[in-house]
Amino acid sequence: MGLSMKRTKTTSKKIKEESKHQCHGPVSENIEGLEKIVLIGNPNVGKSLIFNKLTGAYVTVSNYPGTTVTIDKGKCKIDGKYYGVIDSPGMYSLIPITEEERIAKFILLKERPKIVLHVIDAKNLERMLPLSLQLIEAGLPVIVVVNMMDEAKELGIKIDFIDLEKRLGVPTVPMVATTGEGINKLMGKLKRYSLKNKRQITFNKFIESSVKEIESCLKRDYSISKRAISLLLLQKDDDTIRMVKEEEGKRYGRINIIIETLLQNYSHPLSYIIKLRLQREANKIISTSMINVDIKKHTIKEKISRAMISPITGIPILFVILYFGLYQFVGVFGAGTLVDLIEGTLFGDKINPILTDFVRDNIPFESIQDLIVGEYGLVTLGVTYAIAIIFPIVGTFFLAFSIIEDTGYLPRLSLLIDRLFKKIGLSGRAVIPMVLGLGCDTMATMVTRTQETKRERVIATLLLALAVPCSAQLGVIFAILSGQPLALFVWFIVIMFNFVLIGFLAAKILPGDKPSFYMELPPLRLPKISNVLTKTYTRMVWYFKEIFPLFIIASVLIWSFQLVGLFKYILKGLYPVVNLLGLPDEAAKAFLFGFFRRDYGAAGLFEIQNSLTMVQLTVAAVTLTLFVPCIAQLMIMIKERGLKTALLMFFFVLFYAFAIGMVLNQILLVLGVGL
Amino acid sequence: MNISEAAQEMLEKLWLEIVEDKKGFIDVKKLGNTNVVKELAKTRCITKSDNRVRFTPKGRNESRKIIRRHRLAERLLHDVLEVGEDEMESAACKFEHIISEGVEESICTLLGHPKICPHGKPMPQGKCCRERKKITERIVSSLSELKKGQYGKIVYILTKNHKNLQKLLGMGVLPGMTVEIIQRYPSHVFQIGQTQIAVDTDIANDIYVRII
Repeated sequence: MGLSMKRTKTTSKKIKEESKHQCHGPVSENIEGLEKIVLIGNPNVGKSLIFNKLTGAYVTVSNYPGTTVTIDKGKCKIDGKYYGVIDSPGMYSLIPITEEERIAKFILLKERPKIVLHVIDAKNLERMLPLSLQLIEAGLPVIVVVNMMDEAKELGIKIDFIDLEKRLGVPTVPMVATTGEGINKLMGKLKRYSLKNKRQITFNKFIESSVKEIESCLKRDYSISKRAISLLLLQKDDDTIRMVKEEEGKRYGRINIIIETLLQNYSHPLSYIIKLRLQREANKIISTSMINVDIKKHTIKEKISRAMISPITGIPILFVILYFGLYQFVGVFGAGTLVDLIEGTLFGDKINPILTDFVRDNIPFESIQDLIVGEYGLVTLGVTYAIAIIFPIVGTFFLAFSIIEDTGYLPRLSLLIDRLFKKIGLSGRAVIPMVLGLGCDTMATMVTRTQETKRERVIATLLLALAVPCSAQLGVIFAILSGQPLALFVWFIVIMFNFVLIGFLAAKILPGDKPSFYMELPPLRLPKISNVLTKTYTRMVWYFKEIFPLFIIASVLIWSFQLVGLFKYILKGLYPVVNLLGLPDEAAKAFLFGFFRRDYGAAGLFEIQNSLTMVQLTVAAVTLTLFVPCIAQLMIMIKERGLKTALLMFFFVLFYAFAIGMVLNQILLVLGVGL
Repeated sequence: MNISEAAQEMLEKLWLEIVEDKKGFIDVKKLGNTNVVKELAKTRCITKSDNRVRFTPKGRNESRKIIRRHRLAERLLHDVLEVGEDEMESAACKFEHIISEGVEESICTLLGHPKICPHGKPMPQGKCCRERKKITERIVSSLSELKKGQYGKIVYILTKNHKNLQKLLGMGVLPGMTVEIIQRYPSHVFQIGQTQIAVDTDIANDIYVRII
């Protein structure tokens, strides 16, 4: 489902509590040159948990070469020998739809794995076995890991593993990854593994004879069987076609004729025909190796789940979650209590004064002093900001988000909101980046990758840049407008209006297919504290690694601008613009700094709020919220969407924000709203 | 209109070549049986020039109806009576000649106004499909029209939209499986095996189920 961001799923150096088995390598994470074990399977089957147990979670996360999809790698020791373990992105079939599925397939085909662990969900053997069969058919060295045995048992499902193993012709292991049950058995099977699967499914005579013909045209060496390649070609799998064209050169022309000749006899795509055949085979296997007593009970979990997805009950539930999870926990507790404590008490009263005195006394040049402890100094601005403001706000947000994510609520929210999101050119799938954007727009922009089409990715990126305020920004805006419910209301309405309007227009203007929505709903689960903490921790680590340096750079930039006096000129240039919004000159500073850190703009406003009228504050808050994304987000936008698109968005947002500010100012003045 | 069964068979053949394969005409030599060709010419179903046989509007309309009856018969045999593929073909050939217009509409409605035949070829639409008369009694329907709590067995999936098809195949939503409708608004949610799946109306429209 791509719900949780791949990169953060397993990256922590997790406490070595499960290190009973001798399975992890030294902390060095280079797995080059080692024989590989690859984990593969649908999303949400517990691949990552098994990966953690195998590697002890000493992991590197890296982009798959040339792509933006990240994969986890680790090491595992079996029988005194080290193996490289790769956790691939969730994959539904060998014919990929999403970029992540493509990468999973590439790993399978290109890494030439020593062993492929196909992790499947015991509750859904029927839907999972066709892929196992396909992998086995392809001649890959498969071990089938049947996970979530505990949940299956609860539902009255019994699996005869001796029969299943015999019928599949490959080793199978029952597993409960959450508790680690079955890991030792898996280790045993890994130790004794030798490739001997030769299972072959026969398709109808037309397909079989075409497969034979194609096979005889394939002269090169492939990592999977020629039969499997031929079948993929018949199913018109783009990547396989490209690969075979490259490998076989002219011979592809002949192959293409064989394919087209066969396809003329079919009105259905061959992928459909082949899948049906695989399914029939899977059903045959299940008919003897699985007993389903079918304990039909409407558990309390099912009742809650249904309440969440029905609009009448689901929308109130959403507001409750937003109110407590976001507003109370992140806004009031994180951005209020914790920030006051850390920034005010710890940094403001203790660290910064002491450090400032120390620097002023010991370092000769004033400009260098300023660089470190000046108004925009590395420590006073950069470090203070990152630790005192970001840490509590973003930390509480990620904690809340991880809890919500682990319950399985987000897919339910997605389906609830899909219809609305379709109107703005997105699908329910976009709920995840949008909600995450309320925490950190930069991270959310990265997560737009999970969107299916380029069009959706572009719209999501634009909306994040324009109309989704991040938690740091929200914190300050709430502070400024607090006690002014009407102003806060106007702000909220204007932001929402622009979110919908721009989404709607973008959907109208951008070419491309309508988004479509499909999603598997994982069962509701009580989140495990250790998993939530791990996720929060890895997200925080990511945040500091990616964003913290940018704050430091921002501090240095502001400092050097000030040193050469460039700042004054830029500020002067901004005066007329802010005046157009009905704001005084001092507000220009807030806007300029807003680019370096989104909330700092708002914070700048906070300083001068006493000299502003409520109308001015409202206009400023709205403009700053819409105003250009922070420098970190812009960098990620460039990285993800390309320079041209990112800059276009940047300038659009810049002008649009001021235009809306101006219009709003006029409207409020004309209406004479006594804010 | 009264034309012989042999002439009807030939109209079907013409439809496949001229309309579905988009050839526009067919060589008279390929048709063989000259008596039937003569009959079709006499009833003004076809025109012939330079050995090229083309449809008249009337002939085109007539053959469209026959094709529709044939494919509806196939659907009925396949989805409801679960007749095997070989038998389905020969039975459908007989069925198509005895289905009257009124019966044709009832079958079409019962089958949820199908859009393709079991082989994946397009189903010519009838008046009933355009009007989409809502009747409560039907056997096959698209998943999007099922009510909450209803059960159905998937009989086929429209395969025209390749991407949607791949998604469904990937998630293991396949003919032969039983679904229970959990919810239909704002998204269609159904249970299949032990999994719940949510899809939008576009995708739900592509899944046809026999109500059980």
